[in-house]
Amino acid sequence: MAEFNMHILVCGGTGCKASQSELIKTNFQNRLAEYGLEDEIQVILTGCFGFCEKGPIVKILPDNTFYTQVTPEDVAEIIDEHVIKGRKVDRLLYRDPETKEIIGDSKGMDFYKKQIRIALRNCGFINPENIEEYIGRDGYSALGTCLSEKTPDEVIRMIKESGLRGRGGGGFPTGLKWELTRKSVDDQKYVVCNADEGDPGAFMDRSILEGDPHSVLEAMAICGYCVGADKGLVYIRAEYPLAIERLKIAINQARDYGLLGNDILGTGFNFDVEIRYGAGAFVCGEETALIHSMEGKRGEPGVKPPFPAVKGYNDKPTNVNNVETFANIPVIINKGAEWFSSIGTANSKGTKVFALAGNINNVGLIEVPMGITLREIIYDIGGGMKDGREFKAVQTGGPSGGCLTKAFLDKPIDYDNLLAAGSMMGSGGMIVLDDSNCMVAIAKFYLEFTLDESCGKCTPCRIGNKRLHEILEKITEGNGKIEDLNRLRMLSNVIKDTSLCGLGQTSPNPVLSTLDHFYDEYLAHVNSASCPAGQCKSLMRFDIDIEKCTGCTLCFRNCPVGAISGEKRAPHYIDQSLCIKCGICAAKCKFNAVLIA
Amino acid sequence: MNKIKSLADLKKLQTEVQSKIKLREKGDNPENLIQIKVSMATCGIASGAKEIMNYLIEELDHQGIDAVVTQTGCMGYCYAEPTIELTIPGQSPVVYGFVNKTKAQDIIEKHIKLNEMLDGIIPISYTTIDN
Repeated sequence: MAEFNMHILVCGGTGCKASQSELIKTNFQNRLAEYGLEDEIQVILTGCFGFCEKGPIVKILPDNTFYTQVTPEDVAEIIDEHVIKGRKVDRLLYRDPETKEIIGDSKGMDFYKKQIRIALRNCGFINPENIEEYIGRDGYSALGTCLSEKTPDEVIRMIKESGLRGRGGGGFPTGLKWELTRKSVDDQKYVVCNADEGDPGAFMDRSILEGDPHSVLEAMAICGYCVGADKGLVYIRAEYPLAIERLKIAINQARDYGLLGNDILGTGFNFDVEIRYGAGAFVCGEETALIHSMEGKRGEPGVKPPFPAVKGYNDKPTNVNNVETFANIPVIINKGAEWFSSIGTANSKGTKVFALAGNINNVGLIEVPMGITLREIIYDIGGGMKDGREFKAVQTGGPSGGCLTKAFLDKPIDYDNLLAAGSMMGSGGMIVLDDSNCMVAIAKFYLEFTLDESCGKCTPCRIGNKRLHEILEKITEGNGKIEDLNRLRMLSNVIKDTSLCGLGQTSPNPVLSTLDHFYDEYLAHVNSASCPAGQCKSLMRFDIDIEKCTGCTLCFRNCPVGAISGEKRAPHYIDQSLCIKCGICAAKCKFNAVLIA
Repeated sequence: MNKIKSLADLKKLQTEVQSKIKLREKGDNPENLIQIKVSMATCGIASGAKEIMNYLIEELDHQGIDAVVTQTGCMGYCYAEPTIELTIPGQSPVVYGFVNKTKAQDIIEKHIKLNEMLDGIIPISYTTIDN
């Protein structure tokens, strides 16, 4: 067998794939073949590295070189310089955004220094389409140990002791959930993996399925062994084609190797996994709605109790866990509950994957220990605010969550602290906002999302959110009144109290949280019809400073609606009745002569 | 593919396939491992550096010694090719010239295993500006 002395890892996550990472891989292989090195240097397409800001990523091992924003044309240079001559290509190495220093070794990058990768342990490390690479990383040994050496009760006790809580948003103790399903007596039970990731901006579940699908399959089989189920179902949205493809490959490989199917590892335990597709409805992430959708019914939530652990899919006991939760399981079995619970805070153990987005230097996917502070995430891992702007808030928990302000920067992040601050863990979306983001507009954005995604079953959610949205629209257009702010709050509380499922119960959170923390901004909108962040366009007015205007006609030529008039070398003028407030004149003017009020 | 029939079978396969990705795991803490850089510029390759590199990789792997063998550019000792730079964790790098298979074997047996330096060391006559 050929011994490879160098491995070139090319990111094959959805983000990097969209930037031609497959072509990069092919170019590498072709160039290596030209040099006759294809048997000495291996090229592997892996899952997501998390550093999506600077994708496509190419990592060269064993010397840990981390190349960013690689194009298919760069391949020849990397091979000729780095691989053949041993000189790193400086131009493609990562540069620290603050110090501008070139960092040749990924271990020197602040982005990775504070991360602990458990759920993402194999993402960006193995080829997700090759089961042997997963097996080489202790894959399926947790399942083997459980089946051969542990009773289901012992495994459940271990998961309980580890303190693992659901990573999909609710934070329900995983071990307890398994125990409840185990206790239900029935001839058929099911294990369901919830891969209906719906929060805007969150993509950790997709990345795990794309980068390490076997860890989820292994954990589902372990769960099946514990609760007494022989059938697993992955509910995944059809909008994730790459994750589906890799999952299918993984299921087939696991069947071929006898790690799924009948009599697994000669222990008599049977377990198989099937995929069920969702159409990408946010509400179907709620477990009862998810089960209804899988049964072919409308994706609407039902009343709990009975909980799925008692009466779920096809009225049989069903254990539903999220992708990230499952990805933690094999590691807990292999390394022990004590090891896992040594990471994190008193009531939140282990790590959490966050999707960093917004106005921050390093957007991407990170996995950090519970109890880390927001400051460390934003300034160390995230590389600070983009363009040196001022930090304003972080939106966590997606449309169900709320905003964390400066006051929260140094508090440890865990389930309880986030709830106490009026937000929630959610699935782990983290959108960083700066002083150019209007908080009223942010609340409106999330409400637009829930408005689209409400299933319409309950009146408060269906109609209440619509009214909330109308009030917010009125405020952002400058027609709001002070009474509207009270109505917003009152209506929000009614929706929270009277909706059936989590979607309705949490949909007003973005409104309430911004009202609590950024009341001043709401006041500015209603009292003086102005937007402090300058984001609400209808509240803005563009005028030309006749002192500064040189009459260069640049604004006149660029105005898309012909609202600007004036003679050459004479001050210009904006017709307010025609102006659509696009801001192009201000951006084009070289003399700062466009005044924005 | 034959199905894996027991935990023992799984463990067996695990050891077999581990070597395929071991190199990647080595990248996690290269400073704790023996590092060998083989000079692989035109002069090195012409003098047989490639065979020496393959020999080192196979031999170290065969003997179960954890080491990172990488290639590097011309070190400037073109008169003494093939040259290799050997770094034992916690010690200064040492450069050997005129490395043939016998020499490579000696380096493994004496220097790597017993930490005894051999003849033929090229004294380092320069400092590098990057780290």
